[in-house]
Amino acid sequence: MPERSLVLEMRHVTKRFPGIVANDDISFDLHEGEVHALLGENGAGKSTLMNILYGLYHPDEGEILIKGKPVRLGSPSAAIDAGVGMVHQHFMLIPVMTVAENIVLAQEPTTAGVFLDIAEAERRVKEISDRYGLAVDPRARIDQITVGQQQRVEILKALYREADILVLDEPTAVLTPQEAKELFEVVRSLTERGKSIVFISHKLNEVLEIADRITVLRRGKLIETLPGEGATEAGLARLMVGREVLLRVAKTPAHPAEPLLEIDELRVVDDRGIEKVRGISLEVRAGEIVGIAGIDGNGQTELIDAMSGLYPVESGRVLVGGRDVTSESAHGHLEAGLGHIPEDRQRRGLVLEYSIAENLALHDYRSAPVSRYGWLFPRRLIQRARSLIREFDVRGGGPTTRAGGLSGGNQQKVVLAREIDRDPKVLIAAQPTRGLDVGAIEFVHRRLIEERDEGRAILLVSLELEEVLSLSDRVLVMYEGEIVGEFPPTAGEEELGIAMTGGGRTGVAA
Amino acid sequence: MSDVEGGTPPVQPFGQPEGRLPDPEDSFGQRLALAQRAGGLVAPLLTVLIAFVMGGLVVLITTGKNPIKTYQAIFDGAGLNWFFQIPWDFDSVAAFNLQQTLIQTTTFILVGLAVAFAFRCGLFNIGGQGQYLAGAIIAVWVGSSFEHMNPYLHVGLAIVIGTLMGALIAGIAGFLKATVGAHEVITTIMLNWTVLWIGVYFFGLGGPLQNDTQTSVPVSNDVVEGAKLHVFWGDPLLQGLHIGIFFALGALVVYSLILNRTTLGYGVKAVGFNPEAARYGGISVARNYFLAMAISGAFAGLAGAIDILGWQFRLSTGDVQTSVVGFTGIAVALLGRNTAIGTGLAALLFGALFTGTSTRNLDPDVFQPELASNLTLLIQGLVVLFVGVDILVLWLLGRARRRKAATT
Repeated sequence: MPERSLVLEMRHVTKRFPGIVANDDISFDLHEGEVHALLGENGAGKSTLMNILYGLYHPDEGEILIKGKPVRLGSPSAAIDAGVGMVHQHFMLIPVMTVAENIVLAQEPTTAGVFLDIAEAERRVKEISDRYGLAVDPRARIDQITVGQQQRVEILKALYREADILVLDEPTAVLTPQEAKELFEVVRSLTERGKSIVFISHKLNEVLEIADRITVLRRGKLIETLPGEGATEAGLARLMVGREVLLRVAKTPAHPAEPLLEIDELRVVDDRGIEKVRGISLEVRAGEIVGIAGIDGNGQTELIDAMSGLYPVESGRVLVGGRDVTSESAHGHLEAGLGHIPEDRQRRGLVLEYSIAENLALHDYRSAPVSRYGWLFPRRLIQRARSLIREFDVRGGGPTTRAGGLSGGNQQKVVLAREIDRDPKVLIAAQPTRGLDVGAIEFVHRRLIEERDEGRAILLVSLELEEVLSLSDRVLVMYEGEIVGEFPPTAGEEELGIAMTGGGRTGVAA
Repeated sequence: MSDVEGGTPPVQPFGQPEGRLPDPEDSFGQRLALAQRAGGLVAPLLTVLIAFVMGGLVVLITTGKNPIKTYQAIFDGAGLNWFFQIPWDFDSVAAFNLQQTLIQTTTFILVGLAVAFAFRCGLFNIGGQGQYLAGAIIAVWVGSSFEHMNPYLHVGLAIVIGTLMGALIAGIAGFLKATVGAHEVITTIMLNWTVLWIGVYFFGLGGPLQNDTQTSVPVSNDVVEGAKLHVFWGDPLLQGLHIGIFFALGALVVYSLILNRTTLGYGVKAVGFNPEAARYGGISVARNYFLAMAISGAFAGLAGAIDILGWQFRLSTGDVQTSVVGFTGIAVALLGRNTAIGTGLAALLFGALFTGTSTRNLDPDVFQPELASNLTLLIQGLVVLFVGVDILVLWLLGRARRRKAATT
């Protein structure tokens, strides 16, 4: 790649928070037309650095130069004026408005100074989307387009505001493999037209595929900036974590025994009367991991909620360890031997205001030895927490630390510790590694396989195809509330991807 | 007695990767929680300070009186100067004033706990007034009947029934919330009025609990001697301090124990913090809503019973219609941040303010008590208004920081 002019230089940036140096003397630059990936675990300082660039934080030391000129980015609007655009992980779009309306928001073309000129807005959006190959219908409403298209709208929004530097924060986290591929196409077409891109990620394969240069951060420090060419996944993982990491946990073949989780013709209807789970039957045996792959929103959440007693079942049966729990409360499911690592640990898995010790008691605080006759023994809670913290390597505090004060990975370890410590027969793991970094993912994966080998029946539901493939002994694909196919874990991502989008269904009238 | 469940703020011995940064993507609530943990005492103290300063300004501007002198007169009127009059004279005027303050404090502690307990379950019990009245009405009835009962039994019976009555009234709101999802703010307000008019009917002319001797006066019979609470400090005839205060202090301990040492408290707080997580944990949210409301009401009902047996001894239709102590409980709980110690201290503050500005206690040469009692209500109102002061301060600090960063 020929040497191109620098569009962005962040020199010796340091940002301190009480008790923590979030960015310690970090220098980062970006050439015109380049994709520069920012790689690091959660809490490594990626977001802080980019929030500084986007004017949300102010560096304690260091300076920022855009196109060679020192700038002071006091607010996001200053950053936008300087040509910085940011696409957040969570989109900031108004669902009931059209694509064009969302894009021109706050900088609307008007007629007579007051009336929104919709035709002009649509024309400009069309022009930009044609120029960069970002096909999207300007008249479509946001809530009627796919997540991948919504992301394009976010990118278009930045382009409309004439951003030359685009920051993409974990852009593929919400996308299907196919959509991710399309995003990479878009990124390439943007760089060909002179835009420069900062690509934040913790997914190594993606970074290797798209980045010209890679900067690795760890614990707020810059570890290395290296060219994308010649870098390897293992090498990057080592830089990120600071030690050797197993990217794909080793496992022996499963020895499935008796079925512990049986689901028979389960149907679930949501509040609006839409059938979300349409007659699913499945079986998970002791000592095996069954993975459910699928794109978000195909009934996985409803399936898990219904089989754990958190949502009413329309018809069908759920058996845990041979006991029919279909009509029992969540408590009944727990009693029957169900463990459940919930999809959303912050909203559901933990009471963030409670300490680690208290969170570990969420299911069993009413029974001995942690309580007796309604009397709670906080010291016993703490004792138990101390040993579980050690066993599950929870870092960032002791038994009385608030769960909300822990990092995502450690929060998940607390949830994992609680669910496994109950010695469940069946363990539902819903998106067990969402938002976790490489080190924590490795831990969770290893632990799940250990629990399988202990003889538990594990149902893994994940949007990460790679995760499903690497952990499962059998893979079921869920599409529109149905199981549309069963695959061995050796199946290709391509094959599964087709099934996940409904392509694999046979005999379905089009 | 303090609420130790949150414990110490997170220690971060492992440095940044495990520690949590205050992220701008944190919700405002998360940042608020962090800030509240950082300065648990700062915000309530600041609230009081601002309320007093603003009250003082009002005094200065509207009457031209010296606010500091006015506050000092209120302080003296509340009998708080007694503590500085060493050696302590247990029969002085200051002592009498202090007794009055503590009688008020007793009530405020209990009605404050009624609001605080529900808050811990994520419920806003605005019906402390109705629950208080329900306890008072039934206590008047029990206390003025059964003349020849054993005094201990009699007092015990009146208190237990009064407490249960409060629990019952609040329990209705809790039950409706748990079963059909009726919002507790609406139902408790409706119940306030229900109880009020029941009281007016009971004690009104020809009502079932109207007194037996004066048929033209809408007031109940007096509580019989045997059912009155023992006065242990001061003259029983001059409304000395009765043992009800120990019930209130005991209630603070019970409150703290329930929340921090029982499975009931664990469930209530879990539901209050995060109902979704509680449900997932196998905790019945509906059951806890009901229990939290009933326990809340029990505190208020106890307050009503104790006021009747301790110093009021009778209820008139006028009392029923004009009493607002239950609402003061809201300010007490908000200022006390729903902790036991906080509620105790906030109750003392309001007890002193109400006593110190009463016509009987405030020196009229310094400030007219009629105006001063409005000052108390003003301060009470400001305290409620400034409940969000931590949010405001947080925002102002954040803004100052942003400004500073933008200009340096």
